[in-house]
Amino acid sequence: MVHSSTSFARFACALTLGLGATSSALAQQIAETLHQRVTAAMCANCHGTEGRTIEGSAIPSLVGMPKDYMLLQLKAFKDGSRPATVMHQITKGLTDAQVNTIANYYANTKR
Amino acid sequence: MKRRSFVQASLALSSFGALGSMVGCASTGNIPSKARVVVIGGGYGGATTAKYVRMLSNYQIDVVLIEPESAFVSCPISNLVIGGSKTMADITTPYDKLSGKHGVQMVRDYVSGVDASQKTVTLASGPRIRYDKLVMSPGIDLMFNSIDGLKQANTSGQILQAWKAGPETANLRKQLEAMPDGGVYAISIPEAPYRCPPGPYERASQVAHYFKQHKPKSKVLILDANQDVTSKGPLFKKFWADNYKGVLEYMPQHKVTAVDAKAGVLKFDVQNDVKASVLNVLPDMRAGSIAVQSGLANVNARWCGVHYQTFESTQAKDIHVIGDSIMLAPLMPKSGHMANSHGKVTAAAIVAQLSDLPVNPEPFLSNTCYSFVNDKLVVHVASVHQYDAKDKTYKTVPGSGGVSTAPNELEGIYAWNWAQNIWADTLL
Repeated sequence: MVHSSTSFARFACALTLGLGATSSALAQQIAETLHQRVTAAMCANCHGTEGRTIEGSAIPSLVGMPKDYMLLQLKAFKDGSRPATVMHQITKGLTDAQVNTIANYYANTKR
Repeated sequence: MKRRSFVQASLALSSFGALGSMVGCASTGNIPSKARVVVIGGGYGGATTAKYVRMLSNYQIDVVLIEPESAFVSCPISNLVIGGSKTMADITTPYDKLSGKHGVQMVRDYVSGVDASQKTVTLASGPRIRYDKLVMSPGIDLMFNSIDGLKQANTSGQILQAWKAGPETANLRKQLEAMPDGGVYAISIPEAPYRCPPGPYERASQVAHYFKQHKPKSKVLILDANQDVTSKGPLFKKFWADNYKGVLEYMPQHKVTAVDAKAGVLKFDVQNDVKASVLNVLPDMRAGSIAVQSGLANVNARWCGVHYQTFESTQAKDIHVIGDSIMLAPLMPKSGHMANSHGKVTAAAIVAQLSDLPVNPEPFLSNTCYSFVNDKLVVHVASVHQYDAKDKTYKTVPGSGGVSTAPNELEGIYAWNWAQNIWADTLL
């Protein structure tokens, strides 16, 4: 997948050169985004890359799922109030921060 | 311009919601030297790493995937091909989307050697490829020579393993179809650790289901070198007792030492010989041969020690080893799902390292493993493995994970969907 556009490339170069000495705050932010993506990607094995399952999957897609809804479901799996085959066991292994990252990530990924 | 700041800048672009080709930079005279990741092995681990290094670097890091086969054949679900309810086509996915959709450069070849000091990989066909980071995901090597007579019996096609899904999977199915009713299928299991702990029990269940439907006078024998069923034991044993009584027999503490393919006989260290019509012998396993040959199998000369936060080898810098080849942290199984998880943690670590960014301080791995006990009913085991920075290993969270309460049809549907989704996540 290669995207190219002359004006965009010029912009990218300017930004790249400007980042010769990337500020540590920006670097931290970029790293944070990377870590969040891979945390969310731990769901992708079953729920599809970027939360998009294959056509006709009984396992639901997560992409675009509202954050508050997803947080409630993950919590319900964890405390046992929503019955499940595996999710009650998986959610008990996740930290609250990871659950929040996952819900946030998929809510903010476009369908 | 330094490569690192280049990659970092590329990542920064993602926050502006765009992907960029850097070709325009050539006109400024700042031609960036692109980072290159070479991945050996296109299984669950390697293919996932290749795809996710591309994705997580916003397609800025070059990835070369070296794999001798033209298509991926899944080990998970392959037991259903042996049982007759799925086909080879069902478990086969071509590699073309990794190149076409994700820009992974596919090289169809074997690797003959790795030079960790020069950071090069030499292909069997001769050319050398330079890398900044090397990912080894060569799966397992079956130690045929650990059992007398097995190497020759396997080469001649008489005794199959079918533990690496492929032509042997289809051939084992053919052997079972050709076997007259009243025959015996015997599967032998090596001592743990081996690839896919519940796999042999699932396979035995599949064959028992096939016999029950089509060859009711035939029998399945499980000859296990271990003390007991190594995974989902109570679930398998209950299902066998309820459904395969008189068809399937489980025999623990049977360690195969020799085979006589002509006579159809297995020999053991202690127990009496066993005769069967179809022999399916799984020898001891170790890290894939290229990892062993490269000196990375530094645990008992069988498995590759890694730093678990990044999966970088404890033996060689800038070489990461993932999947079934690694020395496991406690309670981590050798499974396709785990290899896919290793691949993602490794891809993120590599993108961070090549960008001079901090590596994720708290990675975690997930695992779900489904076993079909007949053509529809399934049992699972699931786990989550959190990285513990203090002890530098993965630990399961107390109270998390677990198995099914009983075989059930709903998980049969989920299991097949799991397979299709993980194949897509790994390859498409």
